[in-house]
Amino acid sequence: MTCLSFRETASQDTGDDRMEPLHLFWFCLIGILLAGYAILDGFDLGVGILHLCVRKDEERRVLMNSIGPIWDGNVVWLVVFGGALFAAFPKAYAAAFSGFYLAFILVLFALIFRAVSMEFRSKQPMQWWRSTWDVSFCAASTLATFLFGVLVGNCIAGLPLGPHGDFQHAVTMSTLLRPYPSLVGLFAVSTFAMHGSIYLYLKTEGELQQRIHRWMWRTFAIFLTLYVVTSVVTLTTVPQATGKYSDYPWLSLVVLLNVLAIANIPRAIYVGAPFYAFLSSAGTIAAFTFLFGMTLYPNMIVSSLDPAWSLSVTSSASTTKTLGIMTLIAFLGMPFVLAYTVTIYWVFRGKVKVGKFSY
Amino acid sequence: MSLDVEVLSRVQFALTIMFHYLFPPLSIGLAVLMVFMEGQYLRTGDRQYHTMTRFWTSLFAVNFAMGVATGIVMEFQFGTNWAAYARYVGDIFGSALAAEGIFAFFLESGFLAVLVFGWDRVSPRMHFVATVMVAFGSIFSAVWIVIANSWQHTPAGFVIEDGRAVINDFWAMIFNPSAMIRLAHVLLASFLVGAFFVMSVCAFYLLRKRHVEFAKRSFSIALNVGVVCSILMPVTGHVHAKVVEQYQPAKLAALEGHYTTGPADLYLFGWSDPETKRVYGPPPIPGGLSFLCHESFTAEVKGLNEFRPEDLPPLRLPFFTFHLMVVLGVAFIGLTLLAVFLRWRGTLFENRWLLRILFVFVLGPYFANQAGWVSAEVGRQPFIVYPAVDVTQRDPNGFIKMEGGLRTRDGLSNPEVVTGEYVLTSIVLFSVIYLLLFVIWFFVLNTKILHGPEEEPTPLPAPEKTTPRDIIETAALMTGHEATMTTAKQEAPDKVAGNQP
Repeated sequence: MTCLSFRETASQDTGDDRMEPLHLFWFCLIGILLAGYAILDGFDLGVGILHLCVRKDEERRVLMNSIGPIWDGNVVWLVVFGGALFAAFPKAYAAAFSGFYLAFILVLFALIFRAVSMEFRSKQPMQWWRSTWDVSFCAASTLATFLFGVLVGNCIAGLPLGPHGDFQHAVTMSTLLRPYPSLVGLFAVSTFAMHGSIYLYLKTEGELQQRIHRWMWRTFAIFLTLYVVTSVVTLTTVPQATGKYSDYPWLSLVVLLNVLAIANIPRAIYVGAPFYAFLSSAGTIAAFTFLFGMTLYPNMIVSSLDPAWSLSVTSSASTTKTLGIMTLIAFLGMPFVLAYTVTIYWVFRGKVKVGKFSY
Repeated sequence: MSLDVEVLSRVQFALTIMFHYLFPPLSIGLAVLMVFMEGQYLRTGDRQYHTMTRFWTSLFAVNFAMGVATGIVMEFQFGTNWAAYARYVGDIFGSALAAEGIFAFFLESGFLAVLVFGWDRVSPRMHFVATVMVAFGSIFSAVWIVIANSWQHTPAGFVIEDGRAVINDFWAMIFNPSAMIRLAHVLLASFLVGAFFVMSVCAFYLLRKRHVEFAKRSFSIALNVGVVCSILMPVTGHVHAKVVEQYQPAKLAALEGHYTTGPADLYLFGWSDPETKRVYGPPPIPGGLSFLCHESFTAEVKGLNEFRPEDLPPLRLPFFTFHLMVVLGVAFIGLTLLAVFLRWRGTLFENRWLLRILFVFVLGPYFANQAGWVSAEVGRQPFIVYPAVDVTQRDPNGFIKMEGGLRTRDGLSNPEVVTGEYVLTSIVLFSVIYLLLFVIWFFVLNTKILHGPEEEPTPLPAPEKTTPRDIIETAALMTGHEATMTTAKQEAPDKVAGNQP
């Protein structure tokens, strides 16, 4: 990432806006937070999407408890992503969150329902109680994933950003769900479902694991189909995505690595090395996030009305002083964060056992 | 029909923050009590403390999940509904929010997993570490968010550049004039919620004569925390009032219904009427407010008349909520002192009427917390970021000068983008969903409380130690009729051990 030169951006920006290393650093850090969220909460959401595929109460509890101790920590990546975006690129945060008002309110409802479904489901023995929360858990996970994909699709397709850093009009449901963003939304659902099924395979055993083995193949097949369709549509209809490959030829290398990672998923499943399949799907999600970031770069939000109105990394950034302070905070905090994350995954390693402290 | 986006956005923010704030204070307060209980368990090895920690942890977990779920809403709302504000303060508010995420949320959520799910996966010592970390994490998140909020009341360490606030002194921003005292006030208030919650549940068990030993011990720990915090509360309130007087004199005048400059009275109850510019109610303490702010009953306090009408907050609501908070605060002191006195006399747990009052009084700290915040935040209006006030400077009309700041209506998202209809829709949705969640939360918590703690069998003393003589010695050491053999033994392990051959 460091091999990016600042030359290209200088010509694009107006006035004396100059990209500083800190701007680039925070753009990358925001990307890392987003990728971290997509990888970690991706399998949580995937487990939620697949939740209704098992019918027995015991098995549903196994699914929920496979993510029981860790989902909360994974959602924190999104919260920190939001906070970091607010702090580092307040103008982009303000424009996107107000512009996507309805979409964000729906995302919030989905996240609320997902959290409380897990917390409440097994607190009561009644059948209707558990079934209701099961459906709510699955629906909320699917809706949240779909909306994340739709938001990414809309950002790639461009947004009605006006000259003063606000959207010129609200993004209505029909704009939000244009064909291309909807396709990306479905693609996101298939990606997380695949990612989640591989995770579940790692965490389960016995007959359930055998069934999940079949899920891995099915979700992979759907994922692969949508990957091809989405890639073709993106390359043929989104000029700014294709343009980036001529600007930065080394991007093709990332795409190549991404394809290799995708190809490694079925190989690893086939040879019985599911952990490598999981790493590969995590790598795939990281690559998607990276390519998404590069499609936007050097902008944060691309205006579909007039390219000059786009909010660039530099023009939407906080002051260098704030970015400097936050860099210090990030360097102080991140080692701890990584240490906790590793510790928690280590403590809860191994197969899921539903016990008396479980959901 | 055009809907007023400002009013709607404020209603939505009030609704979502007040609902969210039902949960974090209990999380903070309970976490601290859990640290005490589990610490006692590690120190004494008494299983009863283990049972206590487990039970309160299971309630904590339900409450915490609600706090997380409703908390994400708050972070998103600065962008969705208050985009202009987000641009104006991103440099400052955003960095506090990001620090909160990195330092507090990861800590809380990571160790929460060990706290709730890790009982049989880690050693007792490691589990205790997790409890302590969760307590620290919940306090840290309060630290950062209170700093960010305080900056809105008493901005410091910044300059205005291109129409937005930019940090020029990080530490001055962090330690802005109201931050630390507000933090102390908020944390004490949270500890009180935890203490009164535990006392209420235990009072219920004692009234029903269930889990008596468990209830007495939990109650006692909560009462210790409760009495200390109740007594410290007015101290922080007093220091806080002085800060408000200095930096937000219009707010202070509104809180006490002080209309004309001069010595200010202190009302215990009343109703502030801006139409007649009078407070109706029982006679106040003459010069009481002057005394609180300046240690003199005749000191001058600026009245509401000195400010431009468009710089004044609403006057009825801050007065009412502020006095509700103060009255409740006095009640906390009275109740906890009485309970401590009765405990000293040894009759607390037989005193059914006090137990009944404490059972209901869990609502007290909840109302006090909400009322305190309403008086602080409505009192900050019509500003979202308070201007600098210099009471010695006058504008041409003779009113006190207020410079800078950001008016609440200027902090909104572009009303062309986020229309009144959108905000109204989201308010309706939030109301329905929050009402549903509240009912379910109450139902789940209620079931857990009715079910009660899982009584664990007290491990039998090791067989070789149970000589007849040993049992007699142990029985002789039993202090009260409630104590069991094993507790008596644990209370005086040295004496028992000393009698071993």
